[in-house]
Amino acid sequence: MKRPESTIGAMPTSLCPTPPVMAEAEFGTATHCPYCALQCGMHVTSQGVAPRDDIPANSGGALCQKGWTAAELLTLPERLTTPLLHGKPASWDDALDFVAGRITRLRDRHGPDAVAVFGGGGLTNEKAYLLGKFARVALRTSQIDYNGRFCMSSAAVAANRAFGMDRGLPFPITDIAAADTVLIAGGNVAETMPPFVRHLSGARHLIVADPRLTATARLAGLHLQVTPGTDLALALGLLHLAIAEGHADLDYIAARTTGFEAVRTSVAEWWPERAERVTGVPVAQMRQAVRLLAAAGRAVILTGRGAEQHAKGADTVTAFINLALALGLPGREGSGYGCITGQGNGQGGREHGQKADQLPGYRKIDDPVARAHVAAVWGIDPDDLPGPGRSAYELMDALGTDGGPKALLVFGSNPVVSAPRSGHVRDRLAALDLLVVSDIVRSETAAMAAVVLPTTQWAEESGTMTNLEGRVLLRRQAVAPPSGVRSDLTILRGLAERLGVALSDHPRTVFDELRRASAGGVADYAGITYERIAAETGVFWPCPAEDHPGTPRPFLDRFATPDGLARFTPVEHRPPAEDIDDDYPIYLTTGRVLAHYQSGAQTRRIAALTQASPEMFVELHPDLAERLEITAGDRVRVRSRRGTAEAVAKINSAIRADTVFLPFHWEGANRLTNPALDPLSRMPEFKVCAVRLERTGRAG
Amino acid sequence: MVGNGMAGARFVSEVRARDRRCAITVFGAEPRQPYNRVLLSNVLAGTATPEQVRLVDPAWYGEHDVEAYLGVGAVAVDRESRTVKADDGSVTPYDVLVLATGSEAVVPPIPGAARGVAFRTLGDCERILAAAASARRAVVIGGGLLGVEAARGLAGRGLPVTLLHLAGHLMERQLDAEAGLVLGQTLAGLGVETKTGVTVTAISESGVATDSGFAPADLVVLACGVRPVVGLAADAGLRIGRGIVVDDEMRTDDPAIFAIGECAQHEGRVYGLVAPCWEQAGVLADIVTGADPHARYRGSRLVTRLKAARVELAAMGETQLTEDDAEIVRFSHRHTGTYRKLVIRDGRLVGAILLGETAAVGTLTQLYDRGGPLPRDRTGLLFPGLAGAAPVADSPVRMPDAAKICQCNNVTKGQIRAAWEAGARTAADVTAATRATTGCGTCRDAVEGIVGWLCEQEGVSA
Repeated sequence: MKRPESTIGAMPTSLCPTPPVMAEAEFGTATHCPYCALQCGMHVTSQGVAPRDDIPANSGGALCQKGWTAAELLTLPERLTTPLLHGKPASWDDALDFVAGRITRLRDRHGPDAVAVFGGGGLTNEKAYLLGKFARVALRTSQIDYNGRFCMSSAAVAANRAFGMDRGLPFPITDIAAADTVLIAGGNVAETMPPFVRHLSGARHLIVADPRLTATARLAGLHLQVTPGTDLALALGLLHLAIAEGHADLDYIAARTTGFEAVRTSVAEWWPERAERVTGVPVAQMRQAVRLLAAAGRAVILTGRGAEQHAKGADTVTAFINLALALGLPGREGSGYGCITGQGNGQGGREHGQKADQLPGYRKIDDPVARAHVAAVWGIDPDDLPGPGRSAYELMDALGTDGGPKALLVFGSNPVVSAPRSGHVRDRLAALDLLVVSDIVRSETAAMAAVVLPTTQWAEESGTMTNLEGRVLLRRQAVAPPSGVRSDLTILRGLAERLGVALSDHPRTVFDELRRASAGGVADYAGITYERIAAETGVFWPCPAEDHPGTPRPFLDRFATPDGLARFTPVEHRPPAEDIDDDYPIYLTTGRVLAHYQSGAQTRRIAALTQASPEMFVELHPDLAERLEITAGDRVRVRSRRGTAEAVAKINSAIRADTVFLPFHWEGANRLTNPALDPLSRMPEFKVCAVRLERTGRAG
Repeated sequence: MVGNGMAGARFVSEVRARDRRCAITVFGAEPRQPYNRVLLSNVLAGTATPEQVRLVDPAWYGEHDVEAYLGVGAVAVDRESRTVKADDGSVTPYDVLVLATGSEAVVPPIPGAARGVAFRTLGDCERILAAAASARRAVVIGGGLLGVEAARGLAGRGLPVTLLHLAGHLMERQLDAEAGLVLGQTLAGLGVETKTGVTVTAISESGVATDSGFAPADLVVLACGVRPVVGLAADAGLRIGRGIVVDDEMRTDDPAIFAIGECAQHEGRVYGLVAPCWEQAGVLADIVTGADPHARYRGSRLVTRLKAARVELAAMGETQLTEDDAEIVRFSHRHTGTYRKLVIRDGRLVGAILLGETAAVGTLTQLYDRGGPLPRDRTGLLFPGLAGAAPVADSPVRMPDAAKICQCNNVTKGQIRAAWEAGARTAADVTAATRATTGCGTCRDAVEGIVGWLCEQEGVSA
């Protein structure tokens, strides 16, 4: 196939490519995009990037602007190439000696939990795994969590309790293209992962639930413009209607599920007119949505962060899963429920032990059998394994407090921008005795660190990534890293060594150990090898043996519960943790824009992307703008009980008149967000809080 | 807890959500598990089955340590000894007594009234359905909310229905005259013949006699309103108005006795809709469990939503006001069964009628509920599609150069034109030069359109 020629991102000669892990393809090294969970396949050459055609996620030569400009990350002028100790360049030995010395001192004085680790959903499986091992074995701390807590935790809890397994899409992405009806609750794939939209083009009916008429909602035949914080009531209303109109698949329910009776009773009080009053979604539209789902031969229900990032996110996802189960969708080929994973390795990152309550293979850290298995792989006594630690926000909130960690090591995350109530998080980070950040650039968090460790990035290293389908992919090294930077694996090895623990920093060796550690777990990688991934363009877990084909659709015959049946769980709606009132009369919701990724540490440094989306804006409805006497381009201060953010007014009727939207790629939006946590997933309530607006400057 | 209807059952579950331990005894005169009365119209219409209206699973009481006596009515309250006597002879002590005795159907004092079937309970519903199975013609007496729903439900089962109403127009508590008229017309199209301003004089075996003629029927449904059940409270000497009089804590004039739901009268109002009853249950649960001793009930905003297939009707607040008292925005189109009316005072929505399907209903209900400020241009409220709709320039000619064609790769019409001017003559060429269409792919038609138009301009075939 003829691929468009790439014309950007020329590589300086000092970065001449070294031999890749696998044979270099005709068009350069076959690897994957550094950004989102779609993990588009791309070739990286000395000329830049071009899409691969063999990866289903972006088949047909698709890439978005972030992907096309990804090679510019390899030549950033701001790239860190030497460790920084108190802001000054230092040798690796000096930096690592300093960190290890401080860790030892803090640990001696306060115990092992005085040192905490914060990981990221963008780290490779190898890094995520080694980070968890490093924390438990070298630091012996229970205090490790990661930014995926802010992304996938609600969907994870809901999928685990319904299906016994949390694999984002428990079917290949290409199944979506063959669905008759697709419902997306709180997801904006047209901006967050544009090539995903190609998989929606085959769906005859697309339904999108979102407070905004997003780029994705514009593609939908039916847009349910739900009030922020009421997705759960919407799902309950839809299920009530599905049952009342006789669409419940009673044969499927009897054969493949348990617990339907209690759920049916619980939704009896969610008649559609009541759901309408809470959600603002007209009954007629709910009825239409249910009919489109029920009439479809194949139907898929998907949730995104819009439905999940709430203090009731786990129950909201459960309510959508209940709807899918009542309609008989999960475990039926071509149909099902899935969540749209966000970060590049948001799936793999949540499986291998960088989460506070978890060990590799999606094992639970408080399960004695799991502890024994992993301890045996690690060659330690199970009793020496720490127990569960604090969740991400709770960890941040405890930093530098009495009884809280005194040191934090951050890998692949920028919590000063991405954590809720980020002004407070900044204060907590400042109260630490020691903050260590590994990153490619001086991110807002790195700027606060006593020690900054320059690390390698996507095309400069190899490893595996597990995409939103649960397909394990190979990230091949395409270029040599700048001299002076080390991979996170090497950094962890160096620190562990100084703490008296030997770790390997060779990706393939680490992966082979991960395979053994995950063997027999829910996310079983035992049969996956780099060679197989290369030959098969990805392998779906669970894959327990090398002669096992992998599992594209794990629920076809049975669910991963002890009895093989999916679980209905009754859930109850409740209002947002912070509702609007006279002082803060407007809802704030947050999200992403196409040109930027997560905290923007990478994308805000790429000229084409900052040109496309140069600064933080606040999107508001013309009616609200008129009332507040704000015109397009005005400077606006958005204030919540937790902080303020400055943004440029962007006025359009695509948003509800009671709601404003802030993108979270700049420091500011999350100063406002509410750290109220979901009791089950510990997900903060990023997607709804109460704010007020004031104009601070005129346009122009 | 005396009463196990929607308010009583809700209260018990609200208490258990806050306090797992306190001892609760429930008396329910109906022998069934509590059910969702709101959905009885759907049962009548055949859009819900009796199992689907159950609010509490039978096992719930046991699992939650609630002693429930279903089919056992309370017959007396002894405030001196703080005990409740039940019709099974038992005597139960209480620290806190909650009365949620609900209301009962009003049966008009006319000859043959007993031939009519009231429409109030699930049992009534089953009786009506049993009769409807063999009936050839039905009359519904009473054109309030419940009467309209019953008439529509029976008509939906293929039964010709006559709806007789005393007042001058249907649902006169919720609707103005025009809305009542439009509703009547909509119902007529669905097999319900409406007669308003009619006084019923007698019910016989063959039908209903009125002051203006005779309506033949072999099924007569009574939907003549309800009255609060206050006998138990009155016998106990509690203060009674239309209902049991309570304060903002839902407390009667006996500090140990509370009343909620349709039997309670708060600030002179007795509520007949479920939402206020549930609000009251929540407030009272906060108070009696101590979860929030400062919780207070301040009255409710009423939204009435008709549940009848193919009749979309929402009415809220003060719908009867005229231009003399308020700002009125109104749109009427009888031909399509559409009537929309907004009642605005001090820039806030204080009432609305929405008849006929409209996407505005969700937004307007929330504006009314929250007392939110309204936009200066009121038309957008009635016609949400019109508000702020930017003119769509889909023709390549009219589109400005700055218009973004490919969102995914941030490509404008101007850049496509520039690529064309630099020699790109096909969509594929433009894609290679600009990356337009390589993201989500939805702009492909637009890019082809622009290239085609540019080629035409030049007289070059694309």
